[in-house]
Formats: sequence, C-alpha cells, structure tokens
Amino acid sequence: MSGTTLPIAPEPTSETAEFWDAANEGRLLLKRCLGSGRAFHPPRRISPFTGRPETEWFEASGAGKIYAFSITQRCGAPHCIAYVKLAEGPIILSALTECDVSSVQIGEPVKVTFVPSASGQLLPMFTLISNEGQSGRGGAGLGHQGPATARFLDKRQTEGK
Amino acid sequence: MTLRNQAFVVGAYEHPTRDATRIPLAQLHAEVAVGALADAGLTLSDVDGYFCAGDVAGWDAPGCGPFSMVEYLGLDLRHLDTTESWGSAYINHVSHAVQAIVAGKCRVALITQAGRPRAERLSPERMHAEQTQSAHEAQFELPYGPVVTNMYGMVAARHMYEHGTTPEQLAWIKVAASHHAQHNPNAMLRQVVTVEDVLASPMVATPLHRLDCCVISDGGGALVIVHPDVARALDRPMITPTGAGFTVKHLNGGYFDILESGGVKSGAEAFAEAGVRPEDIRYASIYDSFTITVLVQLENLGFCPVGQGGRFVADGNLIAGVGRLAINTDGGGLCSNHPGNRGGMTKLIEAVRQLRGEAHPAVQVPDCGLALVHGTGGQLASRHGSATLILERV
Repeated sequence: MSGTTLPIAPEPTSETAEFWDAANEGRLLLKRCLGSGRAFHPPRRISPFTGRPETEWFEASGAGKIYAFSITQRCGAPHCIAYVKLAEGPIILSALTECDVSSVQIGEPVKVTFVPSASGQLLPMFTLISNEGQSGRGGAGLGHQGPATARFLDKRQTEGK
Repeated sequence: MTLRNQAFVVGAYEHPTRDATRIPLAQLHAEVAVGALADAGLTLSDVDGYFCAGDVAGWDAPGCGPFSMVEYLGLDLRHLDTTESWGSAYINHVSHAVQAIVAGKCRVALITQAGRPRAERLSPERMHAEQTQSAHEAQFELPYGPVVTNMYGMVAARHMYEHGTTPEQLAWIKVAASHHAQHNPNAMLRQVVTVEDVLASPMVATPLHRLDCCVISDGGGALVIVHPDVARALDRPMITPTGAGFTVKHLNGGYFDILESGGVKSGAEAFAEAGVRPEDIRYASIYDSFTITVLVQLENLGFCPVGQGGRFVADGNLIAGVGRLAINTDGGGLCSNHPGNRGGMTKLIEAVRQLRGEAHPAVQVPDCGLALVHGTGGQLASRHGSATLILERV
C-alpha cells in the first residue's frame, strides 16, 4: 500500500468515552464548567477552572478559526497540524483534512469533519470552509484519498498485520 | 531572605563528546559528575546532596533510576531531589540546591545531566510519542501527529501572524549561534552560516527550516553548588545565585496565548528576587531548541517588548562583541550541544564560564559579573516548565 496510513487511534478512558462515542456519530462534544459557565477541552471530570465536579457535556457547533498551524511532509504528502479556536471558546489541537493546505492562513474559518483512525474510531479534524464543495480539486492532492493528512505510522497497527 | 551569598557554584563540567556510542548512560553521568567535582576541587565522597531528572539510567523503573545512579557513584546522601521538568530541570535544580543548603539539608550539591539520543537513534519525535502515551490529553493530541518540529512551527507561524516577524529575523539567531560555535572545538556545527544559508536549508515544519533547529547530540554536564563555608575553603571563583523563578505553563482548558511562555512568570520572579532588570544583563544563556524558542523567551523575559523580538535578534544583536546582548557563546543547542534533547545544563555551564572569564576570548563578554540562564522544558506550544536563574560573581 502507498502512504495512506491512518492516524493512530485514541485510547478512550471512562472519563472520555462519551466524547469518542459522539465522534463516531459525527458530533463534537465539549465539556462545560457549570460553576464558571466556560467550555473547556480536553474533557475531564473535574473543572480546571473551579476544581469542582459540576460539569456537563454539550455539542459544539463545529465552527472555528485557525489559531496556528504547521505543515510537515509525511510519507510524501503534506500534514497540517493546527490549533483551532472554536466558536465556543477553547483552542483545541487538531489537523486539517479534505482541503488544499498549501494556502492555509491563520484566522481562516474552518468546520469540523470526522475521519477514521487506525482502529476505526472517528477523529474530529477540520476543513477550510472556503474549500467547501471543492473536494478533489485540492492542489496538494488531498481530499480524494480519504484521511490523507495524518499520515504517520501507527506501528502497533502496521506491525500487527 | 535573599539568595545572594547563601550558596556558590564552584564546579562545572561539560562532557566533550557529542557521540556517546561507546559510553553507556550511567557512565556519562558518572564522568560529568567526576569532572565537575574535580573542577571544584572536591570528590564524590564530599557530596551529600544529589539532584537529577528523568535522564538518569533506569528512570523508567519507577523510583529506581536515581537510586541506581547514587549507588553507581557510591554517594552517601542526606538529600535527594529528582524534580523533573525536562530541559529546564537542571536550572530548577540549582534553585532547589540553594534551598536545601540554606535549610541545612546538604552542603555539597551535585547536579548531573546526560543523554545519548544519537547513539540510541532516539528522535525527539519518538521520545515525544513514547513519553506522553499515558498522559490524559494524549488521546486528544497524538492522533493529530504532534512532533517537536511542528509544535514549535506553530509558535513561529503565530508570531509571524501577530507581529510580522520574518524568517530572515529568525535566521539571525542561528547566524549568531554559528559565529560563537566557530570558536568551540567541541561544537557539532562549527561553520559560520548566513541568513541565506538558513533560508536555503530544507523546510522541516513550516515556517521552520532545518537550520532553525538545534542539533541532536550525546553528552551531558554537571554542576556543583556548595555551602559558603565549603566555597571559602576552595580556590574557585565565587559565583552565587541571586534570583530564581519557576512555573509550569499549560493549556488552561483551551484558553492560552501560544506566544506567552512560562518565562513571563519565572523571569519576573527571578529578576525581582535578584533586584536586577533585563537591561543590566549583558550575557544570557537562553534555551535554544529552535530559533523561535529564543525569540519568544527574549520577549517573555523582558529583553525587548512583546512583538519586537524579530527586530531585537536581527543584524547580529546576539553576537558577542557585536550586539547588545550576547547569548549562548558556546554555540548553544543550535550549533554546539543539546545533550539528550535537554539543554538546561549546557546553558548553566556556559554562564559559569562567562562569569569566570573562562569563555573563549573571542566570545568572552568583558567584565561579565552578571548572567541570566533561562530554560523551557517540554513544549513551548503546549505544556512546559520554565526556569530562570540569575547568577552573579561576587
């Protein structure tokens, strides 16, 4: 096979299973601290703002803007890691997919999309809103090879098969 | 309580190797320990306080690595401190050593650091992945492929976006390091490079080029800090820590400024304790895992206003004898040595050389009586430990 290696699979815990179950349904969940009203990420039982367990899950809009990004070459294809500032407030680490990353700019609006990891677990990633409807035309060859951005080897997966 | 004259740095030693294929890790630690103690005029039997971090052999066996090293060295301890904050740990250890000496818990404190990523073919990328697997946030980060280069690349990209910093300005930091490294026979990269050379090197992680990155090297170093009574009995220059600061910067639930490192807090605390200002400093050892690391830390420490880092580092301003602030006159991590992917110890050692007047004559800051050492351990773009230390020759 060519370099279309799937992203390594996340390893959910009892604290985070709800997040990953929702991702498999195409929904991005965030935690909200009920004491302060602020959304936070990564999700955990205890609020990082108040130290209290009063938190709740809620579905994020999936909209955000690129806060920072960096492109590396992996297996001959560009990989674009990014911090995305979500409309709900938190900045989360992710990657761009299904778009031409060669012209990405900080501040550009993005929306969530879900791509399979090595275990089949879907991962939230982001795509440029300006690229909507242009999938397959990307100059970098992304968008028509499945989850082409996160192309680094999951040794446990590749060596086990 | 003031730190001044409470304890003295009397021994420093940097291992000359950059390729330890034939030197096992524990032996590296032992060689730098013996080297620093010999520099001080002391021996292993004088040591009653030992300080090390996660780079000791056997660290992965919980709690055993430090004991193993203590046994190897044959130490008879009253005090052990294994505070781990990655590359900044050893700068932090100096502060802890002073505290322990003041509290009467030890009189001769030994700090060692060593690593052999070249010999073990252990890339920072692999280390990053292996060492964060069990962290809570790993499941939300590792699938996206964070490695040390693209994480620092994001910091550089954001700095360029917010402040108009240019790749040429970042390149000047490497140029300065290379001007210093040409005088260091042990440096990995001794050839002087130009801004054009940096920009012509391959892109590693946008916007960082290969020459924006530090070297990967084997080696290590050690430091000896002692009680004033011990220092006075030794015939060594008297160098005392006068200010120290430490903090952990993290992502705060998703609300953070990627350009504000822990250096903002650790630096302010160290300057306040020492009673000096950035303008008073003429030599600084500034952690230089990447060019952008230096630029952000210089701003965060107050050497220039936020956003002005690009202009501050350009045109040779960091070159000894040329610019306003000489940094990393041994060539730093960018050109000389970054043993075990942990730069804090070599930063301390070059500051000691400067304060003793033992730096290479071509890069010695005249009458250097005050030096700052600053380190970032971990990832500038996410969570890291920042340690700042101010040293004075008295």
